[in-house]
Amino acid sequence: MNVTMRILLRSLMVGAWFVLLTFPVLCVKVAARQHTVTVLWERALGMFVVMIGCSLLWMWYFHRKEHGSESGPSAVSAALAGLSEKWHGLTSNRIFSSSGIGALLAVGVLLPLVGSMYQTTIFANAFLYVMLALGLNIAVGIAGQLVLGYAAFYAIGAYTYGLLNQYFGLGFWACLPVGGLMAALAGLLLGFPVLRLQGDYLAIVTLGFGEIVRLLLNNLRDLTGGSQGVANISRPAFFMDLTPDQSMNYMYYLTFAAMIITIIVVARLKNSRVGLALQALRDDEIASEAMGIDLRTVKLQAFALGSCWAGFAGVLLAARINFISPASFTFMDSAMVLSMVVLGGMGSISGVVVAALVLTLAPEYLRAFSEYRMLLFGALMVLMMIFRPQGLIPSRKRVYSPAGAASGPAEGGRA
Amino acid sequence: MEFDFQYFLGIFFSGLTRGSIYALIALGYTMVYGIIGLINFAHGEIYMLGAFTALIVAGILGGLGLPWWGILVIASLVAMVWCSAYGYTVEKVAYKPLRGASRLAPLISAIGMSTFLQNYVQLAQTSNSVPFPRLIPRRFEFLQDMGNFMAPGDFIMLMTSLLIMVALALFIRYTKMGKAMRATAQNRKMAMLLGIDADRIISLTFIIGSALAALGGTLIAARTGQVGFAIGFLAGMKAFTAAVLGGIGSIPGAMLGGLVLGLAEGFTAGYFSSDYEDVLAFALLVLILIFRPAGLLGKAAIQKV
Amino acid sequence: MSKRWMQTLACGMAALFAAAPAFAADTIKLGVAGAHSGELASYGTPSLNAAILVAEEFNAKGGIMGKQVEIVAQDDQCKAEIATAAATKLISDGVAAVMGHICSGPCKATLPLYTNAKMISMSPSATTPSLTQSGQNPTFFRTIANDNDSAVVGAKFIVEALKLDKIAILHDNSEYGRGYAEKAREELEKSGKATVVLFEAVTPGATDYSSAVRKVSQAKAGALMWGGYYPEAAKILSNMYSAGVEIPMVGPDGLKDMGFVQLAGEDAEGVYASGPTDTSANPLSVYYARKHQEKFGTAPGAFFDNGVAASIALLNAVNVAQSTDSDKIMAALRSSEVDTPIGRIKFDDKGDAIGVGMSIYKIEGGQYKEVFKN
Repeated sequence: MNVTMRILLRSLMVGAWFVLLTFPVLCVKVAARQHTVTVLWERALGMFVVMIGCSLLWMWYFHRKEHGSESGPSAVSAALAGLSEKWHGLTSNRIFSSSGIGALLAVGVLLPLVGSMYQTTIFANAFLYVMLALGLNIAVGIAGQLVLGYAAFYAIGAYTYGLLNQYFGLGFWACLPVGGLMAALAGLLLGFPVLRLQGDYLAIVTLGFGEIVRLLLNNLRDLTGGSQGVANISRPAFFMDLTPDQSMNYMYYLTFAAMIITIIVVARLKNSRVGLALQALRDDEIASEAMGIDLRTVKLQAFALGSCWAGFAGVLLAARINFISPASFTFMDSAMVLSMVVLGGMGSISGVVVAALVLTLAPEYLRAFSEYRMLLFGALMVLMMIFRPQGLIPSRKRVYSPAGAASGPAEGGRA
Repeated sequence: MEFDFQYFLGIFFSGLTRGSIYALIALGYTMVYGIIGLINFAHGEIYMLGAFTALIVAGILGGLGLPWWGILVIASLVAMVWCSAYGYTVEKVAYKPLRGASRLAPLISAIGMSTFLQNYVQLAQTSNSVPFPRLIPRRFEFLQDMGNFMAPGDFIMLMTSLLIMVALALFIRYTKMGKAMRATAQNRKMAMLLGIDADRIISLTFIIGSALAALGGTLIAARTGQVGFAIGFLAGMKAFTAAVLGGIGSIPGAMLGGLVLGLAEGFTAGYFSSDYEDVLAFALLVLILIFRPAGLLGKAAIQKV
Repeated sequence: MSKRWMQTLACGMAALFAAAPAFAADTIKLGVAGAHSGELASYGTPSLNAAILVAEEFNAKGGIMGKQVEIVAQDDQCKAEIATAAATKLISDGVAAVMGHICSGPCKATLPLYTNAKMISMSPSATTPSLTQSGQNPTFFRTIANDNDSAVVGAKFIVEALKLDKIAILHDNSEYGRGYAEKAREELEKSGKATVVLFEAVTPGATDYSSAVRKVSQAKAGALMWGGYYPEAAKILSNMYSAGVEIPMVGPDGLKDMGFVQLAGEDAEGVYASGPTDTSANPLSVYYARKHQEKFGTAPGAFFDNGVAASIALLNAVNVAQSTDSDKIMAALRSSEVDTPIGRIKFDDKGDAIGVGMSIYKIEGGQYKEVFKN
């Protein structure tokens, strides 16, 4: 058919375009001072083939989307939608969901007993990220306030414990609430003036705040130890002092419990009065204000709660790895947590949990690809936004029907 | 200690040079924001790609015995052309499909694109800093006569920035395309109704912005003598701060913001301590946004309900 | 339908756990941990290459205790939290010893784990003094002189050989750079013959350092000590030339790298860098550099010789001990001397290598020339 020919021709052109585009940086290497030039033709060829394939897929997708909107955009996306439908079906089935959750809980509890030390460590790390991602989800996913400096609050929590422990010898349990409180205070302090700003500006201010916190931690070395960080933070005791081995398992369980608590809190929050107000605000600020929602208070609550959670996670981090330095709290770390929220589906709890687990565990098990990890990661963020902006498991909006009858499948929330 | 005027001038000019670097990159941010309201996080990466493309061109031309300015001009031009193509492609791939989606979507896509491009260059080229040929001579006679405040690299940098800014301002003000750009920035729907092809204008914005970033990348690489895959992040952040400082969306604002930021950093380093110049830059960013979100030259947008 | 979904989940979980290591005893495993990707990969990859070459060498000679040597590499990207995962992975993989980590931060974060697991780790490059000097890490060794030595020889050189009395110190606020800068300041002040007229940090990665350079010249310093890595040093030198500030730069061993000479070009002429006493004529160093060229097609990079030395020292100790028991290996490391590219070395009680001297090198004609020996 004519259309097919046109598509083929176009994708050939796209392939050629990308070869031309990427030729200098991808295929030519020079040593400027020695005047040697190497050309890697095989890379150009590879680029050509890959881009033709990509462009065919791309055009096929958008073609389907334009011409057959009734039959669903594409197979992949339909499969994903099916999966998430199934997921929602699953979670709404009470018996099934409770047994499923029970099984997952059991797996989580048993892991340190059956898994190696390595498994325990990376899972504890993954749980910590789940906590962070869910905390950020309060601000970004539920309230729709884009925060780009989330690592700052995480840092505040971690340093609260690290420094209080170093200077005053305070223990983990004393510092946990303090860390959360400090982070929440920082959130409020930042929140008061900035919350009247709109989306992008808020994002930038939080980004700037994140950088300032990191730079201050780096510069105020008399207090924080600068880039040397804070080392030998004491491990939390459990009635008695633990050996590092026991402590690792103990920290695992603490993090696991903290994650479960986080999930419960965020789930309750989402359906609470405040949570509903936040979601209304996310969808239409002006309309919700007209409905009598006090914008300022509600936003501040979301902001404080989100940063408080990062503070808790920070304390847990410091207790687990016993060493913190500003290098762990860069913009890339904030972006990483943000992408967990985005990939999972903004406002969706199960989605964010899955995304956080996948994004922290996958690199561990795919170490062989570690060179390409960040490359894939960047590409994934772009592709998700194009093909599935609502995330892997989109959050469901509440549907009200007049007679209180069972609601039909809701459209995934596009925050 | 008495006031040392020579030292003051030295600090002033180094701040000015730094400011013109920021301004050149900031223009791209501000133009894109003005038209589609997107913070193009990948812009710093385009700047880095420009430096790398110029490095490769200069490496190829290096053995041919051209004069230094010949190589510099050709390398800049090729880098500008290629980066325009990158900018154009990035827009088509990562932002255009998202038009009409929520505001967060393109922003997140931009962060992803930035990560992608950075790692693409690292994998394709190298993770080391690589030397950039010294294209700019170490001494200009006439600068020596002026008291040695400026190195040739600084001089070229400053002059090019000024030239570009004036040219851009004239382009926006007087050409048909410039007018179309302003119209699209003001009200895209209305502009489309009046027969302006908004997609073309958006592409054009990305092309111009990217070309300017590439020019900046080339000149800065020639001046500092090295490039690396990670140079885009910090430069991009600073330039972005400059754009916000001047009023994002405003072209004269980007220039002013760049110069103010450069001078503020220069004087902080010169008279206080360079430990705190970055803190100052970001604190400035936060404070400006809180107290005067429209920046120095931007107009406060009135939200109509 | 839902049941099948649960089964998939269960299978997935089971598969995850199946990834747990199998303890195979038919090889001697040498763990290599460091930045093999990311921004600092150029510091970590050469040591990995070094370990691979040394293992090949041992295997060609029939291995150790009749077993082949296997390299188990773990990437830590020089980040503390990734490093702890890498370390636990290596421990659970049952390696005999770990050559790594490259950066000091990950070393600090992982040492409690290694100490607890009685796992020997030997860094070819982590120069933070406290790692050995604090005495908290009995299983830690290194084949590089620590930063204190580097700064001590630098300060001594300025006072005794250059005979300068006003010194400006800039650093990049990293642990490495700042450690060098602070120790150098301490030594200069202690000597009583020199004053530090400027002590400041600059932002690594910035495009321009001319303000800081002008400040150095304003302070009328006779020399600039730079605490940091070489890309920034090259930029500072370029700015110094432009501003007409012609004073010598003295830096740590981070500047003793041919990458620096290539990067800074003619600006690097006359720069002084501290570094381990010249061993490039050492036949082993020549030998392994040639091997590297053959296998990887490039000249070896930073810390390559130290990496080779660490690998040789560890494998030799296993061989001497005829055991993979940590205590026995540690005893062998401390007692038996071994020939390495950086000289004939053994280790002191704290874990620092004995036999690694520090010198000052001057760059002349694009080459490092040893000009001062501590």
